Order: sequence, then C-alpha cells, then structure tokens
Amino acid sequence: MLSLTAGQMEVQIVAIVVAVACALVGVFLVLRQMAMMSDAITHSILPGIVVAFFLVQDLSSPFLIIAAAATGVLTVSLVELLNRTRLVREDAAIGIVFPALFSIGVILIARFAGGIHLDLDVVLLGEIAFVPFNRTTLFGVDLGPTALVMMTIILIINLLFITLFYKELKLATFDAGLAAALGFSPALIHYGLMSLVSVTAVGAFDAVGAILVVALIVGPPVTSYLLTDRLWVMLALSAGIGVLIAVSGYWMARGLDASIAGSMATMTGVIFMVAYLLAPGRGLIALAFRRRRQRWEFAGTMLAIHLLNHEGLPSAEQENRVDHLQEHLNWDSDFAERAVRHAERHQTVVRQNRHLYLTEKGRQRAREAIVR
Amino acid sequence: MMTSAETGQPPVAIAVRDLTVAYNDQPVLWDIDLDVPAGVLMAIVGPNGAGKTTLIKAVLNLVRPAAGSVEILGQSYRQSRDKVGYVPQRGSVDWDFPTSVLDVVQMGRYGALGWIRRPGPRDRELALQALEKVSMRDFADRQISQLSGGQQQRVFLARALVQDAQVYLMDEPFQGVDATTERAIITLLKDLRTAGKTVVCVHHDLQTVPDYFDWVALLNVRKIASGPVSEVYNDTNLRLAYGGRVAFLSRDSAAPATAQSVPEED
Repeated sequence: MLSLTAGQMEVQIVAIVVAVACALVGVFLVLRQMAMMSDAITHSILPGIVVAFFLVQDLSSPFLIIAAAATGVLTVSLVELLNRTRLVREDAAIGIVFPALFSIGVILIARFAGGIHLDLDVVLLGEIAFVPFNRTTLFGVDLGPTALVMMTIILIINLLFITLFYKELKLATFDAGLAAALGFSPALIHYGLMSLVSVTAVGAFDAVGAILVVALIVGPPVTSYLLTDRLWVMLALSAGIGVLIAVSGYWMARGLDASIAGSMATMTGVIFMVAYLLAPGRGLIALAFRRRRQRWEFAGTMLAIHLLNHEGLPSAEQENRVDHLQEHLNWDSDFAERAVRHAERHQTVVRQNRHLYLTEKGRQRAREAIVR
Repeated sequence: MMTSAETGQPPVAIAVRDLTVAYNDQPVLWDIDLDVPAGVLMAIVGPNGAGKTTLIKAVLNLVRPAAGSVEILGQSYRQSRDKVGYVPQRGSVDWDFPTSVLDVVQMGRYGALGWIRRPGPRDRELALQALEKVSMRDFADRQISQLSGGQQQRVFLARALVQDAQVYLMDEPFQGVDATTERAIITLLKDLRTAGKTVVCVHHDLQTVPDYFDWVALLNVRKIASGPVSEVYNDTNLRLAYGGRVAFLSRDSAAPATAQSVPEED
C-alpha cells in the first residue's frame, strides 16, 4: 500500500523541492509584509512565459524562466511606481497591476496558443502528476524529470543567495534605513530577492500552478513565525514545514484520489491552523491559558494589596474577612472563594476562621506590585 | 566661509550647503546652510513637518536633495560612511521581527564587516560591551518584541555605539522613554561628547534643550537659527520657528538654565 513506483517517488520529490524553495524565499516576503506580492508575481509572470514561448517555441527552454522572472520584477517595479505617486496604495496597486498583466497572458493564450500545453487549468493548478513524463537528458543520461532538474537548480540558487546574503537580507528587512546608511543598497537586495521570488515562482508554477505557489510561499513562513522568534530557525522551520506539506499533501491526494496541488494547498491551511491553535507561547490555546493564569494572579495581587493596606489597622478585623471581599473588591462570593484558594495555594495568604492574613511572601508581592 | 585653520575653531563635523529637499514639488527643506562644529551635542528643534527627520536623512544620503550638498568631516557621505552612526526613529522598524537584542546590536557592525562576511566573536564581544554601556547586557538574548519603549531605544543606542563613529545622528532618541531611560541616554550622549564625538539629535522637548545640549539648530523648512544654545536659543528664534504658538517658553530668566542641568560625570 505504501510502496511507490519510481514515477510516484519522483512526483513526491518534486513536491518537496518546490515546497522548500518557495518556503525559503517566502520567509523574507512575509517579514517584509509583502506576502501578497507573491500573488502578483505568480500571476503576472504568465504573459512573460507566453511571449517567450512564442519566441522560442519550446516550453522547457530556460529562456522562459528568464523572461518570466523579468516580468515578475517588472510587476514589482510597476507596483512600486504606482505606489510612489502616492495616489494609489500598495495593496491597491498590486490589485491593479497583476490582473492587468495576467489577463494579457490569458488573452494571448486563448487567441494564439489554443493548441498547445499552455492551458489555463495548468496555469492555475499545475499538474504535478505528469511531471515524470517530461524528462531531461544530458549526453544521453537521464537526469530525471525536467521539473525536478529545474527546481533543484532553483533551490540551490535560493540557498546560496540566502546563505551568502543572510546578514544583508536580515538588515535590509529589519531596518532598510540603516542598511542604506551603512552602504548596503536595500534596493539592490530588494530586487535581488524579487528576482529570486520570480524565478522560484516560474519554476514551481509549471509543476504546481499559480495558486499553490502562493500557498507555499506564504503558508510555511507564517506558520513558522508562530513557532519561533529567531530568523534562522524560522528559515529552517519553514523549509521543514514545506517538506511536511509536500509529503502529507501527496498522501492525502492519494488517499482521496484528488488533485495533488489542491491537497498540498489544503495541508498548508491545516498545518497553519494546527500551529495557530497549538503553538507554544503564541497559539490560541497557550494564550487562553495565559489569560486565565494572569486573571488569577491579578486577583491574588489585588487581594494581597487589599490586605496589606489594612494590615495592623483597626479596620483589618472587618476588611480581611472572606465574605467582605464581595463588598470591597466587587467580587462575587464564588470568585472570592476561588481567588482565596488560589492565593492559599501560592502561599501568599493564610486563612484562620474566615479571616485572611498575609504571609511574608504575600506582603512582599503586594509591596512589589505597588512600587511598580 | 572661514576655514577652521584660519579661525582656530574646532573643525566642522557636518557642513550643509544650500540644501533643498522636496517631495514631488512640495519643499520640505529650503536652502539650508548649517555648520555643526566637531565635538558638540546638538539638538535640531522645530514644529511637526519642519523637516527635521528629512535633514538627518539628507545628511545620511537617504533622501536625494533637489539641490545643495552635505559634507561630513570634509568628505562626502559615501567616503565618510564608516565615521557616521545612525539611530533612526524607534517606530521605523518592526519590533516583532524574529531576532534577539544582541543580534540587533551586532547590526551596527555590519558596515565594518562589508558584504557577505558574518559577524564573529569579536563583533559579539563589542555588541555585549555596548549593551553593558546602556545597562541592557542581561537582555542580550531577549526577543526584541519583549522590550519596553525605553529598552528598545537603548538597544538602538547600543547599536549606534558599536558603529564606533565620529559623528552620530539620532532621530528622537528620547521619544516615548521614561525618565530613568532619558537620564541614562543623556548621560551617554554627554559621554560621547566628552570622548570628542559629535552628536546631533532631533529633539522635541523644548524645555530640556538648554540642559541637555550645547548647540542647537531651529528649523522650520528654512533654518531659523543655529549656534550655541546660550546665544541662539531664545524666545525670538523660537517664535520664528514655531509661529506664535510658544507659550511654554516663559522660562524663569532669573534662574539660569544650567542650574538644573544633569551633573556631569567627570
């Protein structure tokens, strides 16, 4: 049941390589708050591919990648140009530029390329299952599926770029002003990164389609962002999540006999949701727990301050009774009982015949809270 | 224009000549001429929209001037880049960025490292020393999003310190910090001046200018005045810079402003 044919194995490996390549560049897009630029780039590279295809008449020519990458960078420049006029905001500029370019691509395909493999379903969803049929040979040796060869090269380029310019990418992303002041051209780094995103998108596009490329560029980084607060860990985790998406998506597609690209996109969402709920520290459940704990801790501090204020005074006899907390702290009797029990557990308060007394620990805590 | 050799005055750290900066055709800075002598602690003051931040960015070559030029220590910014430290506004960066305090401070070393080379143990040590100077060494491994406003500002200062510059440009280093941090920062800035550095700060609190700074530039798109605080920081110039809106400057002229100044360490 779990055995794979060579072809299936290749499909799985292509999915992994695509996912990792996308996840790595995606980290910087997400941190630059440019996640939607990936949507723009993946769609607007279409006219680049089509025009290049008309020129070279070969869908597997590397020239297509270069042309598409150039269109991607053009998209980014156009968006920024519009944005700089201050008449159009960046999100709106993205919304104007990419549908315009994408639709030009759609018209070109419909009008002039009806007969070839470039059809719109493939553009949007890709067909990773057919990847093994299109192979690359060098000097008569079968190197594997063309998509795998291409994506492996792109992954290596991404890894090299991020490893070499890790420090520059980090600085330009965190503080572009300082980057410029120190002589690291943020514009150069920006366009370098955008070229990389474009090249990655084109390579991934053929295998998995435009929509999954967006999912793979945005999904793993936003998921790993919930799980860590170190950049290099975020990169490593993103790559790992990419692998997880590829493998789980593939098996889900097999189990359901559904589209592999669609299943991978679904798994991207599922994995994000799991992290969103369960992430230690930032997940919803951890947050809920922390809020609960803080609620009781705060109640305990309030109680300690209240007792401290009256300690040693004649009013203490009245004020430090459990049933008086309702009046003085506006607590209902149930809440007051639970808050007192919480305080007893933390040894800030002791109870003797319905009277409450601060322990040394409780006194200290109240004083600290007041001073702060 | 006299040269320093002729007058025997300290050399000029920053010389701004005929600087005009415009966004589209809206001038933000009009024909600014400004000399900042070496070794002063200078405030740039002026109302909102006066172009204070733009002036700093123009000096740092971060905005392209429509006209004019800037020289730092007698050279263009490009040539003197390694002698200039920069503290941007705290709000200009994303403090949720996944990185640690130590890492942010090490960024101050990137200029000295150049492209591709990574920070090593020595850079780490320098960053830790800088953190020590701003009393933040214990926070070295903290995630930056966990810092308070004052702590963020200290981290930015530490980052500028590891740049080991001659001239420091700081955009509102006192913005949104508590009184303790403010005192710590001003002590640090005065130490820098004692060490012969030139420090220029965009500053908002007009009351503290005489206590904190010895040099001041009043700005409102044009330069209103610049020079020693004792000479140019007066009601007339403030009114020129801020329009009629300066009621707060009724400083008690009987009590010299220096009487309240923070005692110097040395």
